[in-house]
Amino acid sequence: MRQSDLKVDGNAIAGLLREIFTMEMTNAESTCAGCGSVHAVGRVDVYLNAPGAVVRCPACEGVLMRIVQGRGRYWIDLTGTRCLEFK
Amino acid sequence: MAFISRGFKGKRRDVASSSRVPPGQHVVNDFPVLSAGPTPRVPLSEWTFSIVGELDEPKVWTWDEFQKLPSETVTVDIHCVTKWSKLDTSWTGVSVETILEQVETAADFAVAYSDGGYTTNLPIDDLRGHQAWIAFEYDGQPLDPEHGGPARLLVPHLYLWKSAKWVRGISLQNEDEPGFWESNGYHLRGDPWREQRYWGD
Amino acid sequence: MARAAVLGRLTWQLGEVAEVIQETPRVSSLVLAVPDWPGHLAGQHVDVRLTAEDGYQAQRSYSIASAPEDPRVILTVERLEDGEVSPYLVGEVRAGDKVELRGPIGGYFVWRAGEERSLLLVAGGSGVVPLMAMVRHHAAAGATAPVRLLYSSRSIDDVIYRDELATLSEGDSRLKVSHTLTRSQPSGWDGYSRRIDGEMVAEVAWPKKDSPAVFVCGPTAFVETASGLLVESGYDAAWIRTERFGATGG
Repeated sequence: MRQSDLKVDGNAIAGLLREIFTMEMTNAESTCAGCGSVHAVGRVDVYLNAPGAVVRCPACEGVLMRIVQGRGRYWIDLTGTRCLEFK
Repeated sequence: MAFISRGFKGKRRDVASSSRVPPGQHVVNDFPVLSAGPTPRVPLSEWTFSIVGELDEPKVWTWDEFQKLPSETVTVDIHCVTKWSKLDTSWTGVSVETILEQVETAADFAVAYSDGGYTTNLPIDDLRGHQAWIAFEYDGQPLDPEHGGPARLLVPHLYLWKSAKWVRGISLQNEDEPGFWESNGYHLRGDPWREQRYWGD
Repeated sequence: MARAAVLGRLTWQLGEVAEVIQETPRVSSLVLAVPDWPGHLAGQHVDVRLTAEDGYQAQRSYSIASAPEDPRVILTVERLEDGEVSPYLVGEVRAGDKVELRGPIGGYFVWRAGEERSLLLVAGGSGVVPLMAMVRHHAAAGATAPVRLLYSSRSIDDVIYRDELATLSEGDSRLKVSHTLTRSQPSGWDGYSRRIDGEMVAEVAWPKKDSPAVFVCGPTAFVETASGLLVESGYDAAWIRTERFGATGG
């Protein structure tokens, strides 16, 4: 399996983000807390073959978000995202 | 009750001898690749394994030095929190007990850390006593990078997220410090036989 | 209605399969009637959830192939060799079956017919599905933006919507379709015969002075290659929207 096969983008978690935030998130722009680069959530790198969703900055590969769901709960870590801008 | 999709069966799920399959798990025949990020690539000439933290003196092994440590081949069952289990998997590696014997420590906890930034925490007792290995071969072959090569931690009695891929060292600590998944919903210990998947389980 | 489609309530619904259309040997379209469907935008997708009798569930996302003007929800699905969900949807599902889905989902990878900029669509394999919704929307709405579609497939038999694309482009001078077949070509083939590269992009893409709207969809490696080539050719990365399909064993 090629490494690239495991990487998708924020479009793949649009439904999950709607469940959590109850709004469409893929147009929001995220600023990476690590390197400061800005990307639309629809564009960020997403790894789903994992115990949770790991969202990474396309520029520096730093973790932007981690999302876990289980037993009817969600855990979301946004510390890697300095801010989200919605227009 | 959810709608049942007529005729849908999903991937074949063997219900093997249940004494070997923890609650909520199903047995698979392939070896799923899970990844939280890009696969790290480190040349063996640059690879080191370290024991650091609450101990008398940190120790570092190069790949060649590590290969000279006594190693063994074990056959174990592995259980992933994403609900698949794989039985009778064969690994070759150095027992973590062998490594811990080389240092003096009173620490109760450990954090395994990997290339790419992944971490996972364990009580030190879960690393002792022939329960954990630094594995560099799977099924008689050098461990593939997608499965954690050149070397990964292997702790089969806990959920597989504790078996840190691309492991580069263990930090011994006095306090339990939640790792990558443990700090975001997954259970601090992760015993599959008590189905300790999430916080509060 | 467009705004409602982006913010609509996301609950699981049952769609009924009205028809199964075989598009290619490995690809079929499921034509679904979904009661209370709020409408959708071109480029959006749905999540499909399957439940086995023992309660086991699997969920995958599929792009909507039908135009917003079409009251039906059409999903075009490629059957993956060792997939878990796709061999069920393409092979087992038949007219009369019900499929659990939620949507429409997505807001970033969306094109609206009111957009006047030149439109460039770049498709790798089944990545053509959301782009076809855009092409169909363009036709149904009588949109004025000129469209170029560059579509990469392995062989002629793998080209999805081949006849419809030919008919649409013959009937509308604003739509131009360029095909490239990367593995095998039929005799007399006059399209491209190789993987996408800088020369192909230079020939097909709109000039950069147009500041076109660009949508690229397909497997991750294809999308990264194609976007890279467009940026190298002078396109502003901000013009390009991408959707990557991983090989998640669908």
